[in-house]
Amino acid sequence: MREVSRDRIKAFLTLLPSIVLIGIFVYGFIGNTIWISLTDWGGVGALAEDPQISYIGFQNYVDLFTGFLEGRFRQDLVNAVYYSVLLLAGAVGLGMFIAILLDRKPMGEDFLRTIFLYPMSLSFIVSGTIWRWLLAPQGGVNILPTYAGMEPLSFQWLASKESVLLFNWQNLLGIILYIAAFILIIVGLLGLKRDPNRAMKRWILPGVIIGAIVWLFGDLLPQAMIMEEMHGLNLATLGIILATVWQYSGYTMALYLAGFNGISQDLRHAAMLDGASEWDYYRRIAIPMLKPITISAVIILSHISLKMFDLIFAMTGPDNAETGHPALNMYLTTFRANDFAKGAAIAIVLFMVAAMFIIPYLISSYRQQKGE
Amino acid sequence: MLKKLGIAVCASAMLTAGAIPAQAADKVADELEIFSWWAGDEGPALEALIDIHGKKFPKVDVVNATVTGGSGVNAKAVLKTRMLGGNPPDSFQVHAGQELIGTWVKADRMEDLTPLFEQEGWMDVFPEGLVKLIGTDDGIWSVPVNIHRSNVMWYVPDNLNKWGVRPPQNWEEFIEIAPKLKAQGVVPLALAQNWTANHLWESVALASLGAEKWDKLWTGELPFNSPEAVAAWDLFGKVLDYTNTDASSLSWQQATDMVVDGRAAFNVMGDWAAGYMSTTKKLKPGTGFGWVASPGTNGQFMFLADSFGLPKKSPNRDQAIEWLKILGSKDGSDAFNPLKGSISARTDSDLSKYNDYAKSASKDFSHDRIVGSLAHGVTANEGFMNDFATVMEMYLKTRNSDAAGKAMVSIAMKNKIGQ
Repeated sequence: MREVSRDRIKAFLTLLPSIVLIGIFVYGFIGNTIWISLTDWGGVGALAEDPQISYIGFQNYVDLFTGFLEGRFRQDLVNAVYYSVLLLAGAVGLGMFIAILLDRKPMGEDFLRTIFLYPMSLSFIVSGTIWRWLLAPQGGVNILPTYAGMEPLSFQWLASKESVLLFNWQNLLGIILYIAAFILIIVGLLGLKRDPNRAMKRWILPGVIIGAIVWLFGDLLPQAMIMEEMHGLNLATLGIILATVWQYSGYTMALYLAGFNGISQDLRHAAMLDGASEWDYYRRIAIPMLKPITISAVIILSHISLKMFDLIFAMTGPDNAETGHPALNMYLTTFRANDFAKGAAIAIVLFMVAAMFIIPYLISSYRQQKGE
Repeated sequence: MLKKLGIAVCASAMLTAGAIPAQAADKVADELEIFSWWAGDEGPALEALIDIHGKKFPKVDVVNATVTGGSGVNAKAVLKTRMLGGNPPDSFQVHAGQELIGTWVKADRMEDLTPLFEQEGWMDVFPEGLVKLIGTDDGIWSVPVNIHRSNVMWYVPDNLNKWGVRPPQNWEEFIEIAPKLKAQGVVPLALAQNWTANHLWESVALASLGAEKWDKLWTGELPFNSPEAVAAWDLFGKVLDYTNTDASSLSWQQATDMVVDGRAAFNVMGDWAAGYMSTTKKLKPGTGFGWVASPGTNGQFMFLADSFGLPKKSPNRDQAIEWLKILGSKDGSDAFNPLKGSISARTDSDLSKYNDYAKSASKDFSHDRIVGSLAHGVTANEGFMNDFATVMEMYLKTRNSDAAGKAMVSIAMKNKIGQ
């Protein structure tokens, strides 16, 4: 018993320096940033030796989400959502596809694996510059068809001003409720097999009710802004998403390939003996077994897309509102416009969004550990 | 064993901690730290100035602290963190005008240089309009090292002859000849990414408003939603109709290339384009490429300038002042500017050292009406410039002049323009 507690003390002492350092330099500064975001530090005189800072509560956040001048931030936030969703779909999908191909041990598998993984070793600035050239409207990808004697493409990759899937920011509240209803119904449908009664009561029914109420009485909800403001998926972001998927699908491929290799060949042979096709094997055995890998790929990719900065900077420059991202906006607001408080508020919003991805993951892995 | 190691670590930490300040204290007397974003192509010009300083003060150790990145995007962020951390360089580069005043003078971080200007006789050699724009009622805040012109329109004379057009004197003429160019498959006006749209806007707005009203916008006498200011946006919208559609994915050099390669007829860009075309593209000023003041702004010189200021609490103030003296001197500016491809802020510079473009620009600078550039930090503070980029993006997407005017009013209010 005494041995154990001495060990514990030693362990604690060993950890103490890093606890203190992380406490100050990570959590302390997160706290400081939250505090700054609640003040009015910014504008003329912000860089004085002893700037006048006063507490203004959540005004900066209210401005960001409903202010007349912050439409750019809102579009950035919408962009960030699309960046995340499309990067996840693209990189996980493509990575898994390549991994399945390579898992069937084609000739030169080692070589191909290196080739697909290689883009990840490039810095975003380098790949961004290359992709900017490739996507230049007068050259690169657009003139590829001319080599086959066809007309060149005319899509204005990074310069497009078009957007699709438009929605009005005024109806923000209604949209959030729709999304909540959608998630509830999906969770319910997934759990339907295991426990139909519970799934109906706890998930599907509330989801349907919320959705129906918003659909019927949505006009009565308070509006987020006084005027109409449309946001959507800007087509100019597709080029950037393409570059990110190119860079990261090799990485997800490596993750899945490691997972596939870890599955015993006996399992595969057993499945085959039972009459499963290749497709059935992946669909019903291999991919479900790799759920932990899928989850960690999702976590890693989603926080990469939330911190995207250098790629966009290299591809479309700092001031392109079409392809903007909150991280870029935060840098410019803080260090160019000297609006430190608002920059801090943007940082905290991003931090919260990242937490939304990571905290459920931490909780579920903690639960798993306890369960074992 | 562990204990001994701990003591050794502590002891060495104390030793180094003690040693560093002592060393620094020795050096203080003869050190000068200059902070700028001039590296790469512009490095040699800065080196020329440091050489002059080195000849005068051979014992002083000059620390050339550069942070690279166009227009100082990165350097400015580094400078801000250094100043907030209480570690100012002895002298730093900054765009002259409100970019300096709005950020550093209003924060009471700069020393007034009026005594230096008077002592060195600079009041007489720098144009009066310039001194007014780089100072406030309370003083003059930086020494301009170079002058660039923003409102210049570039073209290739041979190409224009081929297409049968002449450089337009005003935007109405441009709008007349533009369809003719378009019919021949030529882009009338080459444009690049968003900051070049800001750059084009200021030339168009200056033409639409005239110098008087342009100045009044920035003193708050003419509101941004007044009919005149909205008309400037309308004209800008018409001009935009004759630009290339892939603008936002091009760099300014690529837009200039379009003119050089004969894909576009004109390009409005600052006169660093002259340096690009003569040095990188090996074209001869006057015959290989030609220039006029951008349409409707003849006789007006929209300037921007790099300058150096003296922060309060500069660690080596005396040396910093010597450095500023060199920057403002005739020798200093004539050593720097021919290499940088800009002209001197002094009206008495030795023109034989400059190329043909710079000679013509110098001549204009000495007798034109001087106005400040918005896109390059003379007329408005950094907060306004940042928000203006957003307004521009909004306009490029919606082309709504009234909304742009209104947005300008609110960003001017937010950033206290003209107050």
